[in-house]
This record gives sequence, structure tokens and C-alpha cells, in this order.
Amino acid sequence: MSEPTVITMLINGAPATIEVEPRTSLADLIREELGLTGTHLGCEHGVCGACTILVDGEPVRSCLMLGVQADGKNITTIEGLADPISGEMHPIQKGMHEAHGFQCSFCAPGFLMSAVALLEDNPNPTRDQIREELGGNVCRCTGYKTILDGVEAAVSIKSGDNTSSTNLAAEVDR
Amino acid sequence: MKAPPFEYHRPSSLDEALGLLAELDEAKILAGGQSLLPLMSLRLGRPEHVVDIGDLGILDSLVVEPDGSVRVGALVTHRQVETSAEVAAHAPLLHAAAPMIGHRPIRTRGTVCGSIAHADPAAEMPAVALACNAAITAVSSRAAREIAAADFFEGYLQTVIEPDEIVTRVQFGPWPRHRRGAVVEQSRRSGDYAIIGLACWLDIEDNTITDAALSFFGVSDTPIRVAEAEDVLRGQAPTQSTFSAAGRTAAGVLRPTSDIHASANYRRHLAAVLTERGLAKATAESGETR
Repeated sequence: MSEPTVITMLINGAPATIEVEPRTSLADLIREELGLTGTHLGCEHGVCGACTILVDGEPVRSCLMLGVQADGKNITTIEGLADPISGEMHPIQKGMHEAHGFQCSFCAPGFLMSAVALLEDNPNPTRDQIREELGGNVCRCTGYKTILDGVEAAVSIKSGDNTSSTNLAAEVDR
Repeated sequence: MKAPPFEYHRPSSLDEALGLLAELDEAKILAGGQSLLPLMSLRLGRPEHVVDIGDLGILDSLVVEPDGSVRVGALVTHRQVETSAEVAAHAPLLHAAAPMIGHRPIRTRGTVCGSIAHADPAAEMPAVALACNAAITAVSSRAAREIAAADFFEGYLQTVIEPDEIVTRVQFGPWPRHRRGAVVEQSRRSGDYAIIGLACWLDIEDNTITDAALSFFGVSDTPIRVAEAEDVLRGQAPTQSTFSAAGRTAAGVLRPTSDIHASANYRRHLAAVLTERGLAKATAESGETR
């Protein structure tokens, strides 16, 4: 059974049936077989968080899951965040954009997926809760402040509050 | 950073899984994979066969028994335990330890039984199981047996589990009404393995400690209870000076090693600090079940 196994999964809402070798991580399956290179691989042993995706709506390290384990699962990657028809960005993408959340953005897909999972559970998190929830994602550029700002901006956008830019300006002054 | 090749098996029944384990050499069980897969990625583990128990629905139950004991099946994740009000009420130490494990994406996949079976001495769940003397059920095609946590851990990543056995569940006994517990740890960053940690509880009746458990992790090759320090607590009033005395005793008894994260002396110092901190936290948290 080290031969490829055929699995079926939902990837960003679309069904996919694909052959996968048992040793292939879900991250490599997504990137190399499905061509969805938005999911990034940093450490490949579960420490950096760059490869975080949603499996059945819950955040998972895609480098710590085998492709074969995704059989029958509903997978969401960074490519699945924007509206598939209009292309309109997800509130978390808008929030990060507004707050200039990232610099090099290598870590961005993992942060965004972690933040999406957080906001699903807790639409109005405190800054400490955001910090705690994103604690498993590593960024080497920003010092994290702008990323936390981006999540807060997303919260404002989601709740239809258009004063987020003002809030950010106040935040900068602090 | 890529796992070496292996033969993959995904049995659809427990019997089939047990048959595979009896017949195959060098097989590892895959549940959540949050310990096994990093080891394989780092090429520290090269199992010839991986038996994925993810389809065995019989192992995914998290049940509070009528007597108040909590039964955790092999596929129950840290996240399920962390978010369960029933676990919070009936197995408060288990509930307190869960959020300390890694980060949320790790807890989404990682399992309580997997962590116990993996037996990393710096991990939370083995120490919690030991503090509560939880009963671990192991099943093989030969027999089923129940092992007390006190008899389960043998050394670094080593347990009494035989190669053909599966840990199917861990059962935490009823939590007495007068018991107060806490889990505390010191780690370099939130979510890291602890430099040292402590799962502890006190039974307090009429302002007297009638029984106690101090179960340390990160200080030995297994989780370890310090009977000498527990003895210091029994019969005393639950005061800061009692806790300090127990901490001093624990620091004197434990023989931690030095490594890249901390020196042996620092770990001993932290053993005393965490004993005070853990027992204070346990007694500060009020409520029927905490």
C-alpha cells in the first residue's frame, strides 16, 4: 500500500479526486498536485505555522497531516477566502491590506487562516485573545503589531464599522 | 523534512487494526499524527508500516460515566477536551492542561491518548494522567488490559505498551467534591514544551489537606510524582508556608538534568516555585469541581 491511494476531498468548495503517495504531506499535495501554492511551507515540522489551513473548518498544520488523511475532508486554503464569483476579498484580507499587516508575506497565508478560525469562533476578540490565537504563527518581518492591527481591522470591517481607519490612527499614536 | 516512504494501512475495524499490528513488523499507529509526523519529517522515526486508526469510529467517544469518571477514546483531540464543559466539570485537570498543548492547530489534530502513548516526559497529558492515576486501556488481538498510569511510563518515549497493542482509551476516575487542582508550567514561549511543569491537586476537608498529588513534567525521563513532597502536605492546613515547604522538599528530591533550555539548578528552583504557584492556584480557584 505504499502505492498511491486515491482520495476524494472538497478543496475550496470544489470536489477533487486525486492519487496520492502515503508519504506526501497534505501541504505538498495541495501545492504540488493541486497547484495551490498559496499555502506556504516553512519548517515542515509543525513549528512555524505558515502552512495552516482549515480542515472541516478547524485550523490544522497541513505539514503535519498526510494527504491520505484528507480523504473525505473539506479543505479550505488561502485561495478559498475571496468570493469565488466577485473576487471580493474576505474581511481578513481587507483588514490586513488596510493595516499593512505584512512585509514579505511569506507567513501571511498561515496567519490569515488562523485568524479566520479565530473570528469564526469569536467574532469580537480582545487583542490578547488575538495574540494568544496567533501565537502559533511565526513572522520574521513585522514584530507582529501590524498583524494584530489587521485582525482588529477585519473585526471592524466584518461588523460593518467603517471607523477602523480612525481606530488605526489612534492605535499608531499610542 | 519530508517523511521517508512507508506502507500505509487504514483499517476499517478495530479487529482489522489489531490483526495488522500482530502481523506487521515495525508498525506505528497514526491517530492525530502531531508527534509521529514531525518525527518522521525529521527522519528520527522511520516506521516501515503506518497503521492509520482515523477511521475507527468506535474510538472517538468522549463520555462522562454515571459515576462521574471521564472516558476519553483514542481519537479524542486536545481541542475536544479543551472545549468540553463536561470535561471542565468532571476532569478539571485534563481540561486545564489542554490549552497549554502546542497551539490550536496542533490541538485540532493531536489526541489525548496519543500524547500519553507517545510519553514525552515534557508533555502535559502524561503528567495529568499520572496525577489522576488514570486507567489506560490497551487492546491487542491476544487480550485487553487496563494499566494504571503509575505503572504505564517506563522511560523517555517508552511505555509498557507492546508493539501489537493499541491504547483505546484513558479513563479518569470521579473527581471528588473536595478536590482542588491546577496545572502550571514554565516554558520559553507560549505553546512550547515546558521547561518544567506541574499537575497537582489537593483534597481539603475541614481546612486540612487529607491527600495530595504533585506530578511533575520536564524534570525526568518520565512524568514523576514526588511522594516525599506530597507527604509534607498531608495533615497540614492549606497555607502558603505549607506549600513552600512542599516545594522545598520537591526541589530537594528531584534530579533534573541540564539541557539547552535550562540548567538542572534552574529546573530545581522552578520546581519549588511551581509547587507554590500550582497549589496556590488550585486553592484559589473556587467552585464545586475545581
